[in-house]
Amino acid sequence: MPVKAQKKDTWKHVRRKLWKSRYLYLMLLIPLVYFFIFKYGSIGWLAIAFKNFNAKAGLWKSKWVGVKYFEMFLNDPYFFTVLKNTIFISLWSLVFYFPVPIILALMINEVKGTKKKKFVQTVTYLPYFISTVVVCNLAMYIFATDGIINDVVVKVFGGTATSFMSDPNWFRPIYVITEIWQQAGWGSIIYLAALSGVDQDLYEAASIDGASRWKQVLHISIPGIAPIISIQFLLTMGRMLNVGYEKILLLYTGATYSTADIISTYVYRRGLIDANYSYGAAISIFQAVFSLILICIANKAADKIGATSLW
Amino acid sequence: MRENSSKAVKHTKKKKSPGEKVFSAIVAVFLVFACLIVIYPIYYMFICSISDGYAVTRGEIWLYPKGVNLRAYEIALTYQSVMRSFKNSVQYTIVGTLIATIMTALCAYPLSRRELYGRGLFTMIITFTMFFDSGLVANYMVVSSLHLKNTIWALVLPGAVSVWYMIIMRTGFQSIPDALHESAYLDGANDLVIFWKIILPLSKATIATIVLFYAVGIWNAYIPGLLYLDDSAKYPLQLLLRNIVMSSSAAGSSATSVAADTAALGKNIKYAVIFITTLPILVVYPFAQKYFVKGAMVGSVKG
Repeated sequence: MPVKAQKKDTWKHVRRKLWKSRYLYLMLLIPLVYFFIFKYGSIGWLAIAFKNFNAKAGLWKSKWVGVKYFEMFLNDPYFFTVLKNTIFISLWSLVFYFPVPIILALMINEVKGTKKKKFVQTVTYLPYFISTVVVCNLAMYIFATDGIINDVVVKVFGGTATSFMSDPNWFRPIYVITEIWQQAGWGSIIYLAALSGVDQDLYEAASIDGASRWKQVLHISIPGIAPIISIQFLLTMGRMLNVGYEKILLLYTGATYSTADIISTYVYRRGLIDANYSYGAAISIFQAVFSLILICIANKAADKIGATSLW
Repeated sequence: MRENSSKAVKHTKKKKSPGEKVFSAIVAVFLVFACLIVIYPIYYMFICSISDGYAVTRGEIWLYPKGVNLRAYEIALTYQSVMRSFKNSVQYTIVGTLIATIMTALCAYPLSRRELYGRGLFTMIITFTMFFDSGLVANYMVVSSLHLKNTIWALVLPGAVSVWYMIIMRTGFQSIPDALHESAYLDGANDLVIFWKIILPLSKATIATIVLFYAVGIWNAYIPGLLYLDDSAKYPLQLLLRNIVMSSSAAGSSATSVAADTAALGKNIKYAVIFITTLPILVVYPFAQKYFVKGAMVGSVKG
């Protein structure tokens, strides 16, 4: 009896709460409809990975074919090339891009004088707001056979021009260089925020003890931002498979597919351009599920090392 | 701030040891170098766009412009598809930013209210979409099944709420003291009135941040146009620019009619188009920078 009474009470309580917030629910309804149509709707469309989808029959009338398309890409040797390329580009970014914003933030933090500091920040953040199309176009012109880099190299060292843009060996370096140019300044903000949270008395005490500024960077600044560095590191690892195709579509050419073609560009060409929708959806499911697993692992690991949860 | 600068003064008054001097010099050189690397490509495209076309083709331009003239801009601006795409981009950016900001605010405000029953569940439903990307084929299917292809809606609706910006906005709303709500409730105001009359006016900085992020994002995007537009008269500027440049490079496998038209354009004219594309960003950036940084800070702390 008491349990029932309590239940009734709770329901009443809940109803009152729902009614009290009715306008809030009304507001939330509009974005929720958006999420259901565009986000969950598109998750629903992934069902075509298990169907022999053709546009005429539509989603419901296309025939189920089970895991045919999953078998297809697992037996596709080219799929492993694009998987490998995706991981390699992530690793290149991790090794060559990841430290740059940290170094930049440590350097900016050493600038005395607010105006100089502001100036450097304003300049280095700017490329983040320049479109990928422009950045890639500039890179293509600068690295072209008649571009400025070749001009300078040929003038100084002699020899002939290198065609950077059509050489598979140069694709990853160029990708990472554009990444550094566009993102490093903006990426340093998070480390600068962490550095401003380091106790300033520590520096004072260290300099009284005769520690040089270099020693202070090593023993105060870097340990101070170590937690943020590890969170960022884990996040980057978690996003291993999520290399965007926005930039690669602009930078790669048929000649550089062997290093440049990644999962999402492959989905774009095979799935969308060749209208092989079911195959594209199957690869997308693979990518989404593994990404989700990686991100969950990264979050767990971040929790373990005592950092606040990522979401 | 004031404390910091007084410390800095103290610092400079102290005699510097040789080691300190070397350290400062290395920092200065590194940062000057970083700034030059950032500025040079932008400067380079600008001087190329105002230089004599032949000098650009011969690769003579690298420090200063030669034969300064604005012909490239005249040609670029009389070129029909450039003007058309510029107008398209302005339209997409205004409509898209408006829709996205309204939708994001409608999502962020209820989720910022602690008394909202089921808040945790709603938050989970929404943030899950951030970590599960169903990929471009599925997104394409949604857009084409709703018959949005070749309309402005294909460009502005699919990305209407960014979960990330929603979290930034929610954090902004949450920083407004609860007491204001309480007293407004007592005065008989409902949540819609409170949102409109109290929360929005107090959140101008947050809203400005989000508006700027969305506007820059939509202005700079080319992927939605590439996926969802077949009609080149509807292309946004970024997509047009991509096709112009692609047409002259080895990657011109996807040559379109626009691309073919513009293949004959001189290099300096292409630089002029690139510059026209970037100009709105360069104009807005100095004023908008502090909002952007504020947004990034909130994102990094609360995210």
